[in-house]
Amino acid sequence: MIYSIVQFSFIIATALFVFALYWMKDPKTARKAVFSGIAAMAIAIISTLIDPAIVNWEWIAVAIAFGFIVGIPLSKVPLTAVPQRTALSHAFGGLAAGLVGTAKFYLWLDEGPENLTTFRMVAISVEIILGYLTFTGSLMAAGKLQEIKWIPQRPITYRGQNFINIGLLAIAVLCGVLLIFNPVEYAFLFPVIIIIATLFGVLLIIPIGGADMPTVISLLNAYAGLSAVAMGFVLDNKLLVTAGALDGSSGLILSIIMCRAMNRSFTNVLFGAFGQVQAVKAGAEQRTAKQETPEGAAQILEQASKVVIVPGYGMAVAQAQYRIRELYDLLTKLGIDVKFAIHPVAGRMPGHMNVLLAEAKIPYEHLIEMDDINSDMPQVDVAIVVGANDVVNPAARNDKTSPIYGMPIIDADKAKMCFAIKRSMNPGFAGIENELYYADHTFMLFGDAKAVIGDLVKQLSAIVAEK
Amino acid sequence: MLNKILLIGVLIFTSNLTFAQSESPHSSDVYSMLFVFMLATFIGIGVISRVSRLLHTPLMSITNAISAIAVLGSLILTGHDYPDYITILGAVALFASMTNIVSGFLITDRMIKMFKTKSDKVRNGESKKS
Repeated sequence: MIYSIVQFSFIIATALFVFALYWMKDPKTARKAVFSGIAAMAIAIISTLIDPAIVNWEWIAVAIAFGFIVGIPLSKVPLTAVPQRTALSHAFGGLAAGLVGTAKFYLWLDEGPENLTTFRMVAISVEIILGYLTFTGSLMAAGKLQEIKWIPQRPITYRGQNFINIGLLAIAVLCGVLLIFNPVEYAFLFPVIIIIATLFGVLLIIPIGGADMPTVISLLNAYAGLSAVAMGFVLDNKLLVTAGALDGSSGLILSIIMCRAMNRSFTNVLFGAFGQVQAVKAGAEQRTAKQETPEGAAQILEQASKVVIVPGYGMAVAQAQYRIRELYDLLTKLGIDVKFAIHPVAGRMPGHMNVLLAEAKIPYEHLIEMDDINSDMPQVDVAIVVGANDVVNPAARNDKTSPIYGMPIIDADKAKMCFAIKRSMNPGFAGIENELYYADHTFMLFGDAKAVIGDLVKQLSAIVAEK
Repeated sequence: MLNKILLIGVLIFTSNLTFAQSESPHSSDVYSMLFVFMLATFIGIGVISRVSRLLHTPLMSITNAISAIAVLGSLILTGHDYPDYITILGAVALFASMTNIVSGFLITDRMIKMFKTKSDKVRNGESKKS
């Protein structure tokens, strides 16, 4: 009887999870998505707890209480820190999967090796490898994003790196295969797999730079989901399988979108560190970029009728989104059409810019995807590039020798005029010279994004006041 | 519309699989599990490719919370009368999943509330004045 109730509630929970993701299609229905997700989770948890075999209530209560104590502050982080938080929660997901797999293995080993069927061993091996590698990999990613001191920010590469990584993974898989064939005799290999997976997670993230973070976070998302699927196979629980598969496919799709937006393949992101290639080329010729003052820029902006703002990670770092909002308000007041051009990989995770601009209360119908805005760019009077670099680099279109050649970009260079707000002429993260800054119709506004836009706002509000 | 019908069909199908299994609750039928996995992946791909690009960050945090469904495994391990070390492993896993559920749903809601259109804002402004 209880079995039927449980299974039936799992079906309802699955349906609610599917609807939750379905409702994410539009910001208008998205809040329903959250409620549906919470309802599904509550149903799943309650129907698991009605099992009479559940007796350790104190332990459950304590663990859940700690979950709330840590979870609530984690949900209140500033939105610029959302990538770190996301990476951290992938780490928690991986850890949970790894621990459950470990516990199940030793439990079955204790109760009798006949429990460790081939199928279960395959599932457990997949679960712990994915779980622990997601755990340490995501912790490393979170550390890099948080810019913790002892974690190197720059991608670290060494000779034979890929050889070592693939070799380690091969050893882990080999141990897994031995365990599958004889779980009892090779039980000592179980901790070995855990150690290798843990190490592999760290080594996998070390060579990855900031610009690749959106892809890596998406990929870790997929791993966390797949480890939940493996746990479902281990525990013979279909809700785990379905919910994990939904998460896994979400991570997969996001990684594909991110990879396409950089014109790179998965293997290239994971195994080919960026950023070393071009260091030599810079400084080959001395060119000067034209500079503009905030006063001059404000006067030009006042004359414009169509303005596009291209935000990048620099905007997030400088926390400039509220100043941009003021700029947006002033320009709109002057009757100027203001749009935001969002590149899929701008920022440190998928959709990062959208959330930051939404936080600054910019209406979301003005946030335009790259593909939709590029055809309008030639009609745009002024493009303002705020802390974006590689995503507006025309070399991606023109220069076949450039490492980013072929990457789709926002055509800021096609606008009639372009302002680039930047701290200095140092090349961006990938270390690639940006042709845009030397173009005839590009003017640099040097300084911190927040300060520069603040100056622009001051100048413009003076103009608005005069009118 | 076709998609909705397809979705409902698949859900009914997966539920049949679940019931077919209820006769033998303790044996695990590998193939029906793989079936569920495959279908769920396709539903996931279908549904998620429709998600607005605006919402990719909230999407990631809500899938975070959803994948914390691993909480079920941790609940079973923590709750049952197993040896102490299993209970402890389970409790740590339960803590980790619970953190994800709580923070995942809360932050998703917080972010989604920020997405406003122009008309939303006007309406809110008026309601504040009145």
